Amino acid sequence: MISNRVRTFLFHAGAGTLSVLWLLPIALVLLTSIRTFDDVASNGLGSLPGSFTLEPFAQAWGEGGVGGAMLNSLLVTVPTVLLSLALSAAAAFALSRYEIPFRRSILLVMLAGNLLPPQILLVPVAKLTEVLGIYDTLTALVIVQVGFGLGFYTFVLQGFLRAIPNEIQQAAVIDGAGPIRIFWSVILPLARPALAALSALAFTWVFNDLLWAITVLRSGTVMPVTPALLGLQGQYVSTWNVIAAGSVLAAIPTVAVFLRFQKHFISGLAIGAVK
Amino acid sequence: MTALAAPARRRRHRLPPILLLFVFVPFAVEAFWVFWPALQGFYLSLTSWDGVSPPTWAGFDNYAELFSDPTFGTAFANTAIWLVLFGGISAAGGLALAMLLQRERKGVGFYRAALFTPVVFSLVATSLIWQGLYQPDGLVNSLLDTVGLGDWQRSWLADPDTALYALLAPALWRQLGYVMVLYLAGLKGIDPALYEAAKLDGASPWQQFRYVTWPQLRPVNSVILSVIVIDSLRSFDVVWSMTKGGPYHSSELLSTYMYSTAFQTLRLGYASALAVVIFLLAFGVIVTYLVRVLREEES
Repeated sequence: MISNRVRTFLFHAGAGTLSVLWLLPIALVLLTSIRTFDDVASNGLGSLPGSFTLEPFAQAWGEGGVGGAMLNSLLVTVPTVLLSLALSAAAAFALSRYEIPFRRSILLVMLAGNLLPPQILLVPVAKLTEVLGIYDTLTALVIVQVGFGLGFYTFVLQGFLRAIPNEIQQAAVIDGAGPIRIFWSVILPLARPALAALSALAFTWVFNDLLWAITVLRSGTVMPVTPALLGLQGQYVSTWNVIAAGSVLAAIPTVAVFLRFQKHFISGLAIGAVK
Repeated sequence: MTALAAPARRRRHRLPPILLLFVFVPFAVEAFWVFWPALQGFYLSLTSWDGVSPPTWAGFDNYAELFSDPTFGTAFANTAIWLVLFGGISAAGGLALAMLLQRERKGVGFYRAALFTPVVFSLVATSLIWQGLYQPDGLVNSLLDTVGLGDWQRSWLADPDTALYALLAPALWRQLGYVMVLYLAGLKGIDPALYEAAKLDGASPWQQFRYVTWPQLRPVNSVILSVIVIDSLRSFDVVWSMTKGGPYHSSELLSTYMYSTAFQTLRLGYASALAVVIFLLAFGVIVTYLVRVLREEES
């Protein structure tokens, strides 16, 4: 029998090594982003930094266009998250708390829409935005993202709302509250944990999206940060310190959301698994 | 459930119209931007279209062409390899990591966070990081040199023999933490009394896993299987940002081939046929998933 102390040591050695290995690429990108070009060029990417500069960040932000792209990303992500959650919360409320005809079928059809591979939608959606005259605008990206996400958010929220005890709602009905009142002042406040989890998830998904952005947008000036990073890669071919700085900048908003909502975020990801 | 349904039934005759609007508006948005385009996608796969002049009817020509298109063959085979390797390793590895970090004890929060961190990065940022690692003077080659495997050094992404496999590493780096979270949630839901009983019966750790953990994880496994298959078929960002399917289509997946056929070659009808193939591959999973959800809704 191995003693407990040895076993604990082995656990920490194993899990610790794994964690270090996992964080290594992130550490490396941080180290690369603060090196000068000459240092990277002469000593190689795999070497330790022999210089310190914040110039790569300035370059990526300014002439690299990451700053403007970051703004575009926020202009897409924030309205998308608000709109998707507002619409899906309304649908989830009606579907979970009232006997809407065909409610189960509606829910399944909406979920099925989210499970479709996006590839089948790309060409028709691009055409649709052209016909509506919104191709190559941030509005198009917001609407498309909302449309594609709704099914999943509605499904998750209705599962959560269904679990709210009916007595709470009955009490509000007796007090003379109508459905809108019940939705706004009773159900939504109770759904806050689920809404927080979904907002955090939706924020990262939409912020990190590449496929929809390069499908409905064309001009560099409207590109969000993910496709802009690809542009940076083309523009600064082997200027790895600038590319690294750009990646670091692009990760800041999602990392911030993750740190702020860590618990909700992880429980949000796990929603699907335990249901 | 019954307590919930009974008062709702009483309300049925006077369902406030505003509630119908609550359902109708989101449904209409999704119908307009998802279902309607999906139907058009099927229709377009039967046409020949350059995106400018009107589409012309082509019947099943696009599908017939798939059979004699060597790039389609490569992309199809690569997608299968991707499904098996990306899916298999992330499922098995995610479960192993979850088992390792399951017990609450000192330091475990840090380890979990470390493995989970890549999930918050975009796949494009992840790809750029790994592209740096794969450079001729990057960390992968320097490490090989350090441990005396200098002969193994190569230009990983530019070599048709290794490009596809080199892309797996960043994809897995990100997916493993995600699958681990799903499994951790599943493991947490197992009743500890089951392990107590197994231990009393003298079950070894392996037997506890085989006869308690694994059967109890069945519902989680089916969710993870669906997530993995759908994620594999959707995989696009990593490949597109690192190799665009090259060199010589050696790392082409169906999703990247579809995208470049549609938006670079501008063969929109043929691209739609490729999209339909991706849909058909996902179809079984989608239906299984929906049936499962339906059954749970009923119970």
